[in-house]
Amino acid sequence: MVDFGGWDMPVQYSGIIDEHNAVRNAVGVFDVSHMGEIEIRGPEAAKLTDHVTTNAVHKLKLGQAHYSGLLYEHGGFVDDILVHKVADDHFFLCVNASNQDKDFEHIRAQNKFDAVVENNGDRYAQIAIQGPKARATLQKLTPVDLSTIKYYWFTDGEVSGTAARIAHTGYTGEDGFEIYVPPSEAVRMWQLVMDAGAEFGIKPCGLGARNTLRLEAKMALYGHEIDASISPLEADLGWIVKLDKGEFVGSAALRKQKESGIQRKLIGFEMCARGIGRDGYEVFLDGAPAGWVTSGSPSPTLNKNIGMCYLPTAQSVPGKSIQIMIRNQPVDAVTVETPFYKRAK
Amino acid sequence: MYPENFRYTKEHEWVLAEGDTGTVGITDHAQQELGDIVYVDLPKVGSQVEAGKSLGSVESVKAVSDIYSPVSGEVVEINQTLADAPETLNTDPHGAAWLVKIKLSGAAEIQNLMSAADYLSYIGAEK
Repeated sequence: MVDFGGWDMPVQYSGIIDEHNAVRNAVGVFDVSHMGEIEIRGPEAAKLTDHVTTNAVHKLKLGQAHYSGLLYEHGGFVDDILVHKVADDHFFLCVNASNQDKDFEHIRAQNKFDAVVENNGDRYAQIAIQGPKARATLQKLTPVDLSTIKYYWFTDGEVSGTAARIAHTGYTGEDGFEIYVPPSEAVRMWQLVMDAGAEFGIKPCGLGARNTLRLEAKMALYGHEIDASISPLEADLGWIVKLDKGEFVGSAALRKQKESGIQRKLIGFEMCARGIGRDGYEVFLDGAPAGWVTSGSPSPTLNKNIGMCYLPTAQSVPGKSIQIMIRNQPVDAVTVETPFYKRAK
Repeated sequence: MYPENFRYTKEHEWVLAEGDTGTVGITDHAQQELGDIVYVDLPKVGSQVEAGKSLGSVESVKAVSDIYSPVSGEVVEINQTLADAPETLNTDPHGAAWLVKIKLSGAAEIQNLMSAADYLSYIGAEK
């Protein structure tokens, strides 16, 4: 067990590689109840949500979700979040556990609209069911036809008689669902999911496998790829920034970055020699320090050691030879295209 | 689980002293905490190691950790099999996956280490 933003959480159950492979090949279940939930309600809920996030809220349909950024005026990340449109006057944000109070204060401070902001982390437990057998597992427990929920859409329905928000989302690069249920139902839900997935060899998965899975899919982790000093353009997340939607918190800074160009950019790498380039290790280009590693790990799916790093923008392209300083030894690596892993559709 | 004839450190290494040679490894508790081990870095034969100082590292999918020598002396043998099969540390940490053999320079150092019973209560309390 490790302390994770005040939550006691398992890094692993049966082992990171075993859990990782279960998600890639069958199904795994994660207790992600630590994730925070912030709800924005009221006649101008859409306006406030649009004002504090980077993605195009006005394009969301009822029952649709998208990945987005919550930025400071200077363009750095307060957090990366999922925005769900529950109703025209109700948006449901899934945020990082360790950021939820900061996010809540940030959104409230920007609330010059007719909207109410609620910090509702205590009202939801979240269970992620991920893997090619995730749908078959969860389908046994709900009357909702899961095949009708498109990727990054959600439905408010029931799981085993309990009201649940069933979202076709995930943080693994694999197909899967994330369900939000009352905390009092969490233990029962976990057991039901475990039983329903037994025939597929379902495995409980911890933070360790969550990290290797998201890394292979090149999904950002706050505190690693992104933080208050990093903008979405630098983090290769330009696709969640909709500058054409009008002014929002951070838009001026991003517009400026777009005009003058960014100094550094995120890129994937693979180790060429023995070693694992880990979070914080220095990256060298042509013998000189040029950047740093944001995340690095063995990739159980690819059987390689992979990672992500920041490099000067001009050099941040696939195919560059780099060296990563691993315990004072430069070890050869090469920048590569990402994601490292993409599931077959 | 934890052999009676081993002595244990707070950093989760073990040593088995036989004559003037100490065989060193990491404990089962350590391998459980580390998870899937992918690399083991060991010192060269002939190098001097000091009790409490790093003698190498083990790296799992999760993290890299120093191995601290329980005893001082000269490294006389390293376990070559771990280079190709580091995962042995997950399956047999008290046996086939010993790390190094050290010619002990201070036999009394052993006395400062924990017995199996002490180590068990130590890791019990740590949890």
